[in-house]
Amino acid sequence: MSVAPAEVERPEVRQDVAPDTPWVTIVWNDPVNLMSYVTYVFQRVFGYSRRKAEKLMLDVHHKGRAVVSAGTRESMERDVAVLHGYGLWATVSHDK
Amino acid sequence: MSGPEDSTGEAGDLVGGFRARRKGGVTARFQAQQAGIIRALVSQVEELLDDPADPGGAAPGPGGPPDDLAALLGRTGPATPPDDPVLARLLPDAYRGDTEAAGEFRRFTEQDLRSGKLAAARSVLDTLPEQGGKVELSEQDAQLWLRALNDVRLALGVRLDITEDTALRSQDLDPADPRSAYLWVYDWLTYLQETLVRALW
Repeated sequence: MSVAPAEVERPEVRQDVAPDTPWVTIVWNDPVNLMSYVTYVFQRVFGYSRRKAEKLMLDVHHKGRAVVSAGTRESMERDVAVLHGYGLWATVSHDK
Repeated sequence: MSGPEDSTGEAGDLVGGFRARRKGGVTARFQAQQAGIIRALVSQVEELLDDPADPGGAAPGPGGPPDDLAALLGRTGPATPPDDPVLARLLPDAYRGDTEAAGEFRRFTEQDLRSGKLAAARSVLDTLPEQGGKVELSEQDAQLWLRALNDVRLALGVRLDITEDTALRSQDLDPADPRSAYLWVYDWLTYLQETLVRALW
């Protein structure tokens, strides 16, 4: 029986699965952006309800940061670019 | 972040701020002096973002083969954050603690970010008469005003060293302090921004 090829291939498959762990967009607290404005931007950019947007805004305000979206790296980079357009302080991060 | 309690006070008494229009969009009335202040600050942000001396600037170079080549390949921006702290705040890194990823992201996105902010600044300059008066904005223009006003506030925040627990308010300062006038303007713009958000909601 030839089992060697399967042994060799298996680690590659695992490596392909690993990147599926989600990437996230983080918004950081800053002293200038208004609480109302940040809430409004979350609603407008992500289509979140006012309640959800306000909760995220308060997380940013009180905890210093909040994860506002999750998904592929590419979509997180799109989100961050849009948030930078609104002047929010946002970064892409790999959720660990 | 800055709460609504920060935006009240004497700065708010001088102008009614923005109101929603029944037919959509928003409206506000500005005195000539107020229009002059907004136009001057927005112009400064515009100049900062459009500085040809900055390698990331959107302004075209003197022409010639290098430019044509850049146009052919698709122009990319710089990979390092701007030195100017205001520009660094307006064009922040997209990755923390990963210079390589931040640089790569910046190379391919900073031009677009600059262009978007420049378009917002120019929309304010196009729709706000120098002599002031009644300004009526479509929903689309109001969205651009929202970003442009915020960019001006971010810029002033850096220059005035506004921090989360800044106790420094314009009314607390000696009127002779040069920061006093700018803090007053900052507070007023905060109020204006707050009314614009409410009018658009």
